Amino acid sequence: MMAEFGHFTLILALMMALIQGTLPLIGASRNIKSWMLSGLYAGRAQFLFLSLSFGSLICCFIQNDFSVLYVAEHSNSDLPLYYRIAATWGAHEGSMLLWATILAFWTLMVSSIQGSLSLDFHARVMGIMGLISLGMGLFVLLTSNPFTRLVPVPLDGHDLNPLLQDFGMTIHPPMLYMGYVGLSVVFSFAIAALLGNHLDSAWARWSRPWTLIAWIFLTFGITLGSWWAYYELGWGGWWFWDPVENASFMPWLVSTALLHSLAATEKRGAFKAWTVLLAIFAFSLSLLGTFLVRSGVLTSVHAFASDPTRGSFILVLLGLVVGGSLTIYALRAPKIREISEYALVSRESLLLVNNVLLVSAAASILLGTLYPLILDALKLGKISVGAPYFTSVFAPLMAPVFLLAGVATLVGWREASLSKLLRQLRYLGPTSLILGIALTAVFWQVDDLKTLSGLTMGIWLVATSLLSLWNRIRLRKRFVEGLLAQSTSFLGMTTAHIGIAVFLIGVVISNGYSQESVVRLAIGDSTDLAGYTFTFRGIEDVVGPNYKAKEATFTVTRGSSEEAVLRTEKRIYKVQRNNMTEAAISPGLTRDLYVALGDPIDQQTWSVRVYYKPFVRLIWLGGLIMMAGGFLSVIDKRYRLSHLIRSVSKTQTLQSPPRHS
Amino acid sequence: MKIRFLIPLAVFLVMTAFLAIGLKLDPREVPSPLIGKEAPKFSLTDVMDASKAMSTYDLKGDAVLVNVWASWCVSCRQEHPILLDLAKRGEVTIYGINYKDTREEAQKWLRSYGNPYHSSAFDPNGHTGIDWGVYGVPETFVLDKQGVIRHKHTGPLTQAVIEDELLPIIRKLRGEP
Repeated sequence: MMAEFGHFTLILALMMALIQGTLPLIGASRNIKSWMLSGLYAGRAQFLFLSLSFGSLICCFIQNDFSVLYVAEHSNSDLPLYYRIAATWGAHEGSMLLWATILAFWTLMVSSIQGSLSLDFHARVMGIMGLISLGMGLFVLLTSNPFTRLVPVPLDGHDLNPLLQDFGMTIHPPMLYMGYVGLSVVFSFAIAALLGNHLDSAWARWSRPWTLIAWIFLTFGITLGSWWAYYELGWGGWWFWDPVENASFMPWLVSTALLHSLAATEKRGAFKAWTVLLAIFAFSLSLLGTFLVRSGVLTSVHAFASDPTRGSFILVLLGLVVGGSLTIYALRAPKIREISEYALVSRESLLLVNNVLLVSAAASILLGTLYPLILDALKLGKISVGAPYFTSVFAPLMAPVFLLAGVATLVGWREASLSKLLRQLRYLGPTSLILGIALTAVFWQVDDLKTLSGLTMGIWLVATSLLSLWNRIRLRKRFVEGLLAQSTSFLGMTTAHIGIAVFLIGVVISNGYSQESVVRLAIGDSTDLAGYTFTFRGIEDVVGPNYKAKEATFTVTRGSSEEAVLRTEKRIYKVQRNNMTEAAISPGLTRDLYVALGDPIDQQTWSVRVYYKPFVRLIWLGGLIMMAGGFLSVIDKRYRLSHLIRSVSKTQTLQSPPRHS
Repeated sequence: MKIRFLIPLAVFLVMTAFLAIGLKLDPREVPSPLIGKEAPKFSLTDVMDASKAMSTYDLKGDAVLVNVWASWCVSCRQEHPILLDLAKRGEVTIYGINYKDTREEAQKWLRSYGNPYHSSAFDPNGHTGIDWGVYGVPETFVLDKQGVIRHKHTGPLTQAVIEDELLPIIRKLRGEP
């Protein structure tokens, strides 16, 4: 019954999407008020029906209803309740339904916040989101229906992929989808603005908080994914340049560029056509990511689900959404008038450099990801593009980003004095370099240029960001008073830039100085790595809800002090007969100690992998700091509703006269 | 209409065309012209021991698997536990060709993750790989008792591929003279 209810509400939601995708758009062009308003109600109804539909799928999982094919394939009566719920989005059908539900959630949010948006603009935004919902709804219903029944009913289910039976993996997809799908809001704003000729600073100001929120989720999702790969895959790595990872990283790079270009559009009216294009790209890359992951055109270590008919459907959807929006862009963009003027040394120029670098980085990742496919299609052979390509292309593109991110905040809009800037930086530059060299020399080897330049850039980025903050605080008499006088969006930007520096330092040190060794250890034996002694204390059998495991205990000592007790497991999941290694990690800000149980050599002896990973936590800490920065920015009072309404009406009155001239 | 605003659309259309063709292709399936022919000859050294020779002659005598791998290949790590498992069962001997790698990295890799191979030929410049028609690692060949290539699998091995694809062929080849 539950499955039919879910199926039925899914169809109802699709009907709502059909109304939402048509009436408001027609209403906006013909100026029919009731049609324009209909989109808001249809959008809210769509959210209601999709939540009911998604909720009933969760119920099917909770009740172990193995007459539903999707439940039978991805759950099992022994699976703990928590993972049964998470299994709802553990595979293709459910995760696509989650995608659609999250889109409906964003629709609800947009429909509830009208503020001072003109009715026709708001209606167009709703209409475009409705069209996307319609496409996704049809996709779920026609190619990936999670409510299909299974006859005869199996006694038990096939269980969830053990890799996904993990806390990080249960929240990673929803967070990532919140980010992916959140970009549809900015996309819809951009298309609506193109359609209605509304490309002004009010549009940019409305777009910024939505972009920020989506960006925060995207940052969180990617950070979580990387953390998951680190501890769950048991390889000790945190990023593999895998197509699926790239698919999430490209929208992140472009939405980061979009955030910066929106700032220039809002404050100075600059780069309007470019900003619109970035908004289109950001969401297009999210859709492309979905296509790459779901169609199986590329081989990936995350090959979770792939099916060519689904691939064709998403490709058509991608073609319609992206092709359609780029056509609208080609028709309307020539009419956009760029009113701003700026000098070579100005914040606008530096933001432009930021955009060029970030977009080039995204483009080179796109090229690397699609290159095997292009060669294959041209019958030039099959190749795989690996980490060497990505690191050699990516590092030189990102180095100037790290160098300029802090500097840009010291430079004023429109025109700034180069000599004044250089005077401000005359001590910081050499100081960062000396500090970088000194730290490298003391803790590592001074001739290690990678670490040295990475550390220096990290210190420089922090220093320039803080200098910019200090310049502003200094205007007040007292420090605290000065700090409190800053807008949260400025503090947010500073925080996010420091987050990048923390991330960079983590990458450089952990890549340069991680140590690993593989040893055969009998119970009682010990091995030394990076000054730590790992002792194999014993092994015992453990029984989990749906697996059996060997659990090995290690103690780690340094000198005479005990650092950690680590318990690593080798699990065999009963249903899928998969072997899984649960690595044991002793986390620390300055080092991670990581033990993973290998294979048994005999009754008493096992092969064991031990890792020492210095400062690896900084990688994810950096991600979290960036997120915190985004959060600070989004709560800025400039974006609060009451303020938006006032300021938008002000900009409209200010801007209307030149529009007629 | 200014032409430059059409550029994004044009780029996108080209990309879509490639994606559409890509949908029809299976990245894992590459027909090999070498099937049914004798395995291309090589005379290399053992990756674990530079003083030990290894050649196509070593592969003859029984139906064997030849797995092309590299320490830089992410998909190889994915299939690695499956190879280890297969090696432990002892049903078939697995040989390796270590493709475009350095001896140091390859040895480190085998020590870290375990060595399922009876022995691996060290092919640093990839010449043998090219002779064997290797497009992208990992690839796995099935050779019969005479050293003739009888089957090829491109992309990482899975438990299902081994059970349903490779082992049946090997059992059949064992029955042949």
